[in-house]
Amino acid sequence: MPEVLQAPLVVEFPFTRSLGPVQSAFLTGLRERVVLGVRTGDGRTLVPPVEYDPVTAEEIRDLVEVAPTGTVTTWAWNHEPRRGQPLDAPFAWVLVRLDGADTALLHALDAPGPDAVHTGMRVRIRWAGERTGAITDIACFEPYDGPAAQPGDHTGEFAAPLTGIVAPARLDYTYSPGRAQSAYIHALSQQRTVGERCPSCRKVYVPPRGACPTCGLATAEQVEVGPRGTVTTFCIVNIKAKNLDIEVPYVYAHIALDGADLALHARIGGIPYDQVRMGLRVEPVWTEGARFPDHYRPTGEPDADYETYKELL
Amino acid sequence: MSKEPVAVTGIGQTKHVAARRDVSIAGLVREAARSALDDAELTWADIDAVVIGKAPDFFEGVMMPELYLADALGAVGKPMLRVHTAGSVGGSTALVAAGLVAARVHGTVLTLAFEKQSESNAMWGLSLPIPFQQPLLAGAGGFFAPHVRAYMRRSGAPDTIGSLVAYKDRRNALKNPCAHLHEHDITLEKVQASPMLWDPIRYSETCPSSDGACAMVLTDRAGAARAPRPPAWMLGGAMRSEPTLFAGKDFVSPQAGKDCAADVYRQAGIADPRRDIDAVEMYVPFSWYEPMWLENLGFAEEGEGWKLTESGVTELDGDLPVNMSGGVLSTNPIGASGMIRFAEAALQVRGQAGEHQVDGARKVLGHAYGGGSQFFSMWLVGSMPPDA
Amino acid sequence: MTSEEAPAARDVAVVAFAQTDHRRSTAESSEVEMLMPVLHDVLAQTGLKTADIGFTCSGSSDYLAGRAFSFTMALDGVGAWPPVSESHVEMDGAWALYEAWTKLLTGDADTALVYSYGKCSPGSVRDVLTRQLDPYYVAPLWPDSIALAALQAQALIDAGHTDEPALAAVGARSRADAAANPHAQLKGRQPQGDYVVRPLRTGDCPPVGDGAAAVILAAGERARELCARPAWIRGIDHRIEAHGLGVRDLTDSPSARLAAEKAGVFERPVDTAELHAPFSAQEVILRRALRLGDDVRVNPSGGALAANPVMAAGLIRIGEAATRIHRGTSDRALAHATSGPCLQQNLVAVLEGDPR
Repeated sequence: MPEVLQAPLVVEFPFTRSLGPVQSAFLTGLRERVVLGVRTGDGRTLVPPVEYDPVTAEEIRDLVEVAPTGTVTTWAWNHEPRRGQPLDAPFAWVLVRLDGADTALLHALDAPGPDAVHTGMRVRIRWAGERTGAITDIACFEPYDGPAAQPGDHTGEFAAPLTGIVAPARLDYTYSPGRAQSAYIHALSQQRTVGERCPSCRKVYVPPRGACPTCGLATAEQVEVGPRGTVTTFCIVNIKAKNLDIEVPYVYAHIALDGADLALHARIGGIPYDQVRMGLRVEPVWTEGARFPDHYRPTGEPDADYETYKELL
Repeated sequence: MSKEPVAVTGIGQTKHVAARRDVSIAGLVREAARSALDDAELTWADIDAVVIGKAPDFFEGVMMPELYLADALGAVGKPMLRVHTAGSVGGSTALVAAGLVAARVHGTVLTLAFEKQSESNAMWGLSLPIPFQQPLLAGAGGFFAPHVRAYMRRSGAPDTIGSLVAYKDRRNALKNPCAHLHEHDITLEKVQASPMLWDPIRYSETCPSSDGACAMVLTDRAGAARAPRPPAWMLGGAMRSEPTLFAGKDFVSPQAGKDCAADVYRQAGIADPRRDIDAVEMYVPFSWYEPMWLENLGFAEEGEGWKLTESGVTELDGDLPVNMSGGVLSTNPIGASGMIRFAEAALQVRGQAGEHQVDGARKVLGHAYGGGSQFFSMWLVGSMPPDA
Repeated sequence: MTSEEAPAARDVAVVAFAQTDHRRSTAESSEVEMLMPVLHDVLAQTGLKTADIGFTCSGSSDYLAGRAFSFTMALDGVGAWPPVSESHVEMDGAWALYEAWTKLLTGDADTALVYSYGKCSPGSVRDVLTRQLDPYYVAPLWPDSIALAALQAQALIDAGHTDEPALAAVGARSRADAAANPHAQLKGRQPQGDYVVRPLRTGDCPPVGDGAAAVILAAGERARELCARPAWIRGIDHRIEAHGLGVRDLTDSPSARLAAEKAGVFERPVDTAELHAPFSAQEVILRRALRLGDDVRVNPSGGALAANPVMAAGLIRIGEAATRIHRGTSDRALAHATSGPCLQQNLVAVLEGDPR
């Protein structure tokens, strides 16, 4: 069995998040070094402020300022900070109930070591130098043994409130396509297209996915197909895709390779786009070092009869 | 043992738009949920369980967002289920919720589906850079356009049919205050003059990208009896799936779609859908899918669906109106699109569809599909309960 | 007034269960290649074919392996042809089982195939799970799943409900029990290890691994035909809590207790409990919330501390509990599944065997 392939897969996007009024006020407040909570119908103050009461589900909008000082309600020592976390040096994760609040906020506490941290300890906010209106405008908490700060009377009205944030997220994966697809990809590197035949229905799957999807059985018998095939159907692409360096218009076609029982998808070249037709006989054109054929071009054979490929549309 | 009849007593939708920059994700779903509760004249306390659906989590970049949305949907202390069946999810979600009532597990269930496409970019979510795979060569329309061509080849439909559907749906959308696209100056000529993106699909024959949510209150017989407005009754509902890609797959008229419709008709006692069903809200993301689904759902013989469209049967004032709301072609918050079909069907039989109401609509089909035309969910709702 | 209290009109049972061997990595298999053997296993146990199954439901999450719509390809392993009545939850497979159970109650189907799978090895599950958190205030801080569990554990220690040696004993007992479980990933004597995020040490945390599981449900007489001693689902319920960690009492699990109450757990004692507690401290919380005394055999399989394929681990608890009933080593068992940070959402089922 050939070596199973693996490669990095990075899933990364800067998500654009609109905030709504309560979250807008809270994050705008952080930018201005003001911490806001929200008051529930029964008089509790929730910090961070949420839009809907977790107990009654009522919409809550009554913003009140709370103090930047508070008390640790639980903690955990993180000796190996991970990517994206608030501090690079070892720190404590903490839930902090700010003075004037009834609920606790999750953040980091900068402390010399776990022995310096305990539940019930007093802390205060250390503001980030540059603040943009994000939870990270709180750089972290720090130990504090002074008196509780007096909250101001901010009502959450700001001159230039934020309406949205950009929340970049990146996750790193190692992708492995599994046994069947690895074998297929290995064969492609020798410019061969190798599918797998279902032991029950005998259909040949290209690319093979390890299972016959209609029988639910593992496939193993390898079958080389093509290289020639028939265009079963197609469309003419007139808009340029961002990630592709292909001049439009071009033809995107479904091609049933000879010996395969379903069509794969590829671009057609070597013929004016408006002369491509269903039934056109084509063959792959490889370029040096490419994993897949660059495109398929006409073989010059007569077109296939509709009846021969209509089941493969 | 008999199933409990399921009634729709509350329906809510957001005004669907390209980007709801004024609300959070929670704020968006809340609007639809609140409006469904208001329609049913119920409070959060009246809801026994919440069933929520949406398309892939990567679209908003929140994994299993129902965990975060529990508070906004009044689900704290209640059961909350999250459904994901690709594009059909809005319909499947409603069916899972209906199942809870039908099984007498719960009396009254809130069901909701949403997508906030403006948080990212659907094409990004659909084409993550998976190693070793050929990059997607043609975008979403490029996936569907070859199947449309196959349909045209099979049926001999004239190439104007797609534009007729788009023109109709966009005009219908003008009568639906929730619809995303309101193209007041739409003309058939404009549709036909719009750029050919993925020949044979024109720009005006494609769906928009929307932020939106749709919610329904489903309840049992006792709940329906207390409802302030006429309920819609579920007469049949089914889901069917077939593999994504397989030898012999018919992309033009998938077997799973035919089987799903047949199951719904059997439950609802529909002998001839063309005669017995008054209107259809079907999932048509590209205009040509209207004639294709008309055939798949049994409203026309194979190869004949386009004739219904061409002769005006599917117009709002036609004999079998299709997509009175303007359809997916006018509004597409992906995860919610299927539920909007289901909800719009229910609005019709309740007589609550406003300007896009079909007079005397008593039995209306809601249809959703997804994946590579592989997942189907449908329900038939009526103005009278199933045993009446 | 709801119909919640009405007795189930139909008895539904778990009649077959299968799981993969759970391993740190299954890079040689795609998701469907990993899943297929367990599907074949449960079908073989019952002699059913895909076409005999009335309803199919699966649970998985796209985020684990980083692929949108991963469940659509997993369906290849089912052999969904002719087309099947099928659904999917973006949740642990325990909730897929719940959906299938409701389907059987309606009478629309007599049998159901439920499966789930989780490949944790392609990503870093600690980081991936941060994406479950409030996307505005919490996710931007990237607090990983072990950090959140550690906050919960510390709260429990502060409340006097446990201490570090007691937590270590939970891990040790789990891995010792797992020695008898051929599918477990981490078994036998294991070092308690260093702090990962204090107060949790390696031994308090689940192994990271890949795996899949499948269950067949059947209703009424059909269950008796398919299984010598069906594991009847006497009750099943699930509940969710508020999302914000700072608004919850992390030392308690009111949602697990409520689900248990609704499922009828407290009506009669159970002899066995399979708890989905990926972290040692969570077992302590769940034992209190579910009022499990020392006479209840907890996690004879080793539980999630011995194998934790995310999205399958909850379904596996139900399968393990059912298997003990099938084998006659339990008469009334509790099975539990959890989802979300710090036990935010919990499902509880009560399974019973016919009197012997």
